[in-house]
Amino acid sequence: METTRLAALFRQVLPAELIISGKTSLRVYESDGLTAYRQPPKLVVLPETIDEIQAVMAICQQHGIPIVSRGAGTSLSGGALPHKDGIVLSLAKMNRLLSLDPLNRTARVQPGMRNLAISEAVRHLGLYYAPDPSSQIACTIGGNVAENAGGVHCLKYGLTVHNIAGLKVATMAGDLIDLGGDSLDSPGFDLLSLVVGSEGMLGIVVEVTVRLRPIPTCAKVVMGVFDSVKNAGESVAEIIGSGIIPAGIEMMDNPAICAAEDFVNAGYPKEAQAILLCELDGIKEEVDDQIRQVEAIFRVSGATESRVAKDEQERALFWSGRKAAFPAVGRISPDYYCIDGTIPRQSLGHVLTEINRLSAQYRLPVANVFHAGDGNLHPLILYDANVPGELQKTEALGSRILELCIEVGGTITGEHGVGAEKIGEMCVQFSDDERSQFHRVRNCFDPDSLLNPGKAIPTLARCAEHNAMHVHAGNLPFPELDRF
Amino acid sequence: MGGNIEQQIQSRVIAAWQSATPLAICGGGSKSFYGREIVGQPIQIAPHCGVIDYHPTELVITARAGTRITEIIQLLDDNNQMVGFEPPVFSRSTTLGGAVATGLSGAIRPFSGSVNHFVLGIKVLTGRGEVLRFGGQVIKNVAGFDVSRLLVGSMGCLGILLEVSVKVVPKPAAELTVIIEHADPDASIMLMNRLAGKPLPITAAAWLEGSTRIRISGSETGVEAARRRIGGDIDSHGDEFWLGINHQSHGFFRTGSMLLRASVAPGSKFFCPDKPQLIDWGGGLRWTRSGEFDGEFQRAVHRAGGHLTCFRNGDRTGEVFAALPDAVMRLNQNLKNQFDPGCILNPGRMYAGL
Repeated sequence: METTRLAALFRQVLPAELIISGKTSLRVYESDGLTAYRQPPKLVVLPETIDEIQAVMAICQQHGIPIVSRGAGTSLSGGALPHKDGIVLSLAKMNRLLSLDPLNRTARVQPGMRNLAISEAVRHLGLYYAPDPSSQIACTIGGNVAENAGGVHCLKYGLTVHNIAGLKVATMAGDLIDLGGDSLDSPGFDLLSLVVGSEGMLGIVVEVTVRLRPIPTCAKVVMGVFDSVKNAGESVAEIIGSGIIPAGIEMMDNPAICAAEDFVNAGYPKEAQAILLCELDGIKEEVDDQIRQVEAIFRVSGATESRVAKDEQERALFWSGRKAAFPAVGRISPDYYCIDGTIPRQSLGHVLTEINRLSAQYRLPVANVFHAGDGNLHPLILYDANVPGELQKTEALGSRILELCIEVGGTITGEHGVGAEKIGEMCVQFSDDERSQFHRVRNCFDPDSLLNPGKAIPTLARCAEHNAMHVHAGNLPFPELDRF
Repeated sequence: MGGNIEQQIQSRVIAAWQSATPLAICGGGSKSFYGREIVGQPIQIAPHCGVIDYHPTELVITARAGTRITEIIQLLDDNNQMVGFEPPVFSRSTTLGGAVATGLSGAIRPFSGSVNHFVLGIKVLTGRGEVLRFGGQVIKNVAGFDVSRLLVGSMGCLGILLEVSVKVVPKPAAELTVIIEHADPDASIMLMNRLAGKPLPITAAAWLEGSTRIRISGSETGVEAARRRIGGDIDSHGDEFWLGINHQSHGFFRTGSMLLRASVAPGSKFFCPDKPQLIDWGGGLRWTRSGEFDGEFQRAVHRAGGHLTCFRNGDRTGEVFAALPDAVMRLNQNLKNQFDPGCILNPGRMYAGL
């Protein structure tokens, strides 16, 4: 449908200023955090009420117009990449706190409210919202729900799905449904868990009730310095095995340490092969016990040094390097590509050795940062998009690393989502039958596939194409399919 | 020890689909009283058992669905770990598959999470006879829709669980229960919720017969510090109390009359004071032994924004779970059709027609 006709349709239900159709203005929406992928939408709508959202959805259902919903657009997997024939439904204007229930420790918010803004709004009650993706200053709770966002503190406090009490969802059938609620469980199938992480493909989340946690009275961080990645990895297993669940435990390898240290001077030793940042929180007496235990484990596993941040300022400094790791790598390379695989921790040594081997083979440097507690690995591939063919080479290396994650029993995405980016790898992780079941689940909610089409769940044809690129021993996969 | 009878189970399901024969899925049978009464040929899952993979430092255990929960608890205990959601063990025959399919969590639920917070991955046999895997063995995994969590609590109506990977947690080094007298249940509800909003290592909170009990778990010094802050007296029979509540062996549950389970917002005021009640989950669960499923208690639960289940000893030919809004029921129905198009797996165990 032509943009002018489309705009006229939406003007029936939205004020003109909530519809963006100018070519230049649309460019703002042509990509999300994964800027290598770009596609301007036909137009963008910015509804301010649930009624407006439902009216927009009804028009799209009637005319078969694809809808890509968007929060702050910080997705690293192209989850909010527009569809060429569709609209972007931005929830940016719906960013308010609706109600707060201190006794039950929940907050009802609009989907466009920023993650960090929720914690700021409830801090006076001694409460906070735990999941803390690194984009938390900008990303919205609606986007967090769509991607089941994680963060540094997942091991102890869970992912988004563990911290959501309820959702109000507008469906393509025109219904407004409440999933979950004030009680700690709900009757019927667990649709709440299904919708969290569904990448905007089952409905539009129009309200979110989050669970709030008490702010720990004490948080301390200890840094362990290691001359081998293997020792650092074993140290993590020892800590977990000893019965401690750290609030966060992060590992960085030498290239990441050097990049971060040069950028923010966090006090990291640049000669180290790996550092671990282990944060413990809770009541002071318990934290003090655990810090002593962790330091002892560091020594036994061969740490060359261990340092407890002496005050809040030094704790922030220790973390500053880890938090700045991505931009720090951005300083030493024209471009970088962030991978998001998860592996069983025991495979860490093997996987890092293999990544180094692949890095040499593809002649592309890789820096590794790692949510070590939950096995979530973020290799950063350094490349230059201006060198012809280098992006493709980078994507090929990224794809190999993700396949490696699957080989050791892990997954292609720990927290960034599949989006547009990892559609191909979904063909490796799941069988035809499993992907067909995903499509059937989707059909239950959106039989015309208008919500975020082309993302997250590849079609069988798409997988046939992907797997054809990996011809093993001369055997073409899916020989039963016609090829043109 | 264990046995792999996946192929036999799969053949049974395929045959049942082809002949439109309903199947009644049986694990250990310890919760056979739960849910609606159904007609179907029994299919035994308990022989499909055995731990497949367990590395304590990975914090994950993978086992076949027929594995006894007691076997898993023992294995974890040997490694100073435990199942994080305290599944009810109504008899020694309770299986992992049954625990996950019913989705019931113990007293620890409000503080540590529910069954579906701990399930990481599932291998399931659908009503089409297809064996599918969703999720995995790693804590963070967002590839594809979260079908494994959808299956938690689905009462076997979407598929037969074959294998489950569950996140496990370390056992606390120290644990104790304090007891505080509260003749007024509202004072107890207020205290339990206020404490839950404080950064204290609380792992259970309940009220029964004038006493509030609060369990504290963590390091020795941490537990001692929290005990001082909370106050009350140490209950030397605390462990027994929580086991009695979780496994329903406590005298409160030993009755032939109808047992109702109300799940409400934890801070909800005490309602229907004339009915004997046990308050668990820091206020979020209200059990009562008498009354009728569609009476005054049910209306009070609805007013509190919660939902009521007829847990035991009710009329199991009618509905036993709270009615769903039409639009939500349609989605439940759609999902049933997509996982079990022949409607052969535990048909009607959850709702009539589902």
